Amino acid sequence: MKNLILTTALLALTAGSAMAQTVRMGTEGAYPPYNFINDKGEVDGFERELGDKLCEMAALTCEWVTTDWDGIIPNLQSGNYDTIIAGMNITAERAEVLAFTQNYIPPASSAYMALDAGTDVMKGVIAAQTGTVQAAHVAASGATLLEFATPDETVAAMRNGEADAVFADKDYLVPILDESAGKFAWAGTEVQIGDGVGMGLRKSDTELVEKFNAGITAMKADGSLNTLITKWFGEKAVTF
Amino acid sequence: MFLSCADPSLLDGLNWLACYLTTGKHFDFYWSFVTVLVLLAVTAPTALAFGFGGAMLARSQHLPLRIIGKGYTAMVRGVPDIVFFLFFVIALDQGIEWAVHQVRCPDWTDPIRNGLEFRVCPQAKVPNNSAAQVWHSLYGFALAVVTFALVFGAFAANVIYGAMQAVPHTQLETAEAYGMSPRQVFHRVLVPQMWVFALPGLSNLWLILIKATPLLFLLGVQDIVYWARELGGMKTGAFDYPHPDWRLYYFLFLLVFYLCMTKLSEVYLNRLQNHLSRGQATAAGEAQRKGIA
Repeated sequence: MKNLILTTALLALTAGSAMAQTVRMGTEGAYPPYNFINDKGEVDGFERELGDKLCEMAALTCEWVTTDWDGIIPNLQSGNYDTIIAGMNITAERAEVLAFTQNYIPPASSAYMALDAGTDVMKGVIAAQTGTVQAAHVAASGATLLEFATPDETVAAMRNGEADAVFADKDYLVPILDESAGKFAWAGTEVQIGDGVGMGLRKSDTELVEKFNAGITAMKADGSLNTLITKWFGEKAVTF
Repeated sequence: MFLSCADPSLLDGLNWLACYLTTGKHFDFYWSFVTVLVLLAVTAPTALAFGFGGAMLARSQHLPLRIIGKGYTAMVRGVPDIVFFLFFVIALDQGIEWAVHQVRCPDWTDPIRNGLEFRVCPQAKVPNNSAAQVWHSLYGFALAVVTFALVFGAFAANVIYGAMQAVPHTQLETAEAYGMSPRQVFHRVLVPQMWVFALPGLSNLWLILIKATPLLFLLGVQDIVYWARELGGMKTGAFDYPHPDWRLYYFLFLLVFYLCMTKLSEVYLNRLQNHLSRGQATAAGEAQRKGIA
């Protein structure tokens, strides 16, 4: 049975290749407004629109794939998709294993959100998503780090009182704070981490990195990238 | 789905709920129940076959076969499931691609392994990069079935091995005395009698398998728990249907689903147990005989 399924699958899957280059775009799908799964069940958000635009400019066919944040780098390396476009901050550690494009979101602030503005974020328990620059920052800051697999769970932990505050990209937290009807507040000071958000690719995919870099450069030059950032992150967002 | 759902912000009450529960995303959620049920329906018999094969190997007269059978159960049972699911699937996937690569791209000179990266030629990608997403999903599903069958097959092998040992030796000797060959003894006496001993262990495995399906997400298959968490999470105004954290309700629904599955399984397994005990030289079989007489 299992062999039958495998062989049929193999035959069907490997037949008919060598058409236009298809690039599989890997994202998390749980980080609005960067990327999320909309009510139709499709990947949506700032990065979806940006990615589609970049693919169009480079004449690539793009397929969107979602994966959990924890396995997003290993899955890229073993070839399950070709790019990571998931609000990933460019850092020196990640650049050791990934080839980043230039940033498509300028270095932006990370912020602490809590139930009470007076919360001391240097002590106490701070929630952050596993494997993010924010988690590393909390671990180094002296506060107790409480890690979660998805960004949504970090906010839920703060709301339930399990954590004193949540630490994440400010752009992610802004809509949540705005819609909380005054329940949540900013705490502590904002922090600048990383060199902005870029796409991560396999180091051996130099040609593809160049294609996306060219697209991002063009979008920075004609201002369409700024328009896109303002559309998704609001007027106050940092632009190029 | 409904025409009236075109602008969700105008809806309220039950209309809102009806539209909310029929979004494309919710249909993905409902569809994932089918995925899980199909996975169970395919995996259970496959795992049973693996288990039966493993038990036969472990009982073999020949030392090499016995070592394979015992080695299989010992190795898989000894490794934590989650490690197995993370490691084995990647190894299997890369093994398949490596083999295809050897056939299709003999002239490829770049290294396949480059540090942590695994890179075969584009023609050797399984499924091909340009294949529709449905093939990628099917491939992931097939890998999931193989992995589940392998893991649960090892446990089943041990249960079946034990059950075969539990069949009273006198039964087998009597069969031999009647002049049956070892093969006939196995088919006519040992196997029909061992099921009744294997069933309690196998029913345990079945229930564990039902609950192990969230591991599917590790294999890239989006299962019911993934969707429950995704749909239940707080939704801001970026979504058509904003709502607060509703994970509790989604997980309660899953709880009901899993409890129903367990209840159904218990009813069916009890019936099977009754059926298998009929005419057996066990306490249950004896009780049935007295009941009839």
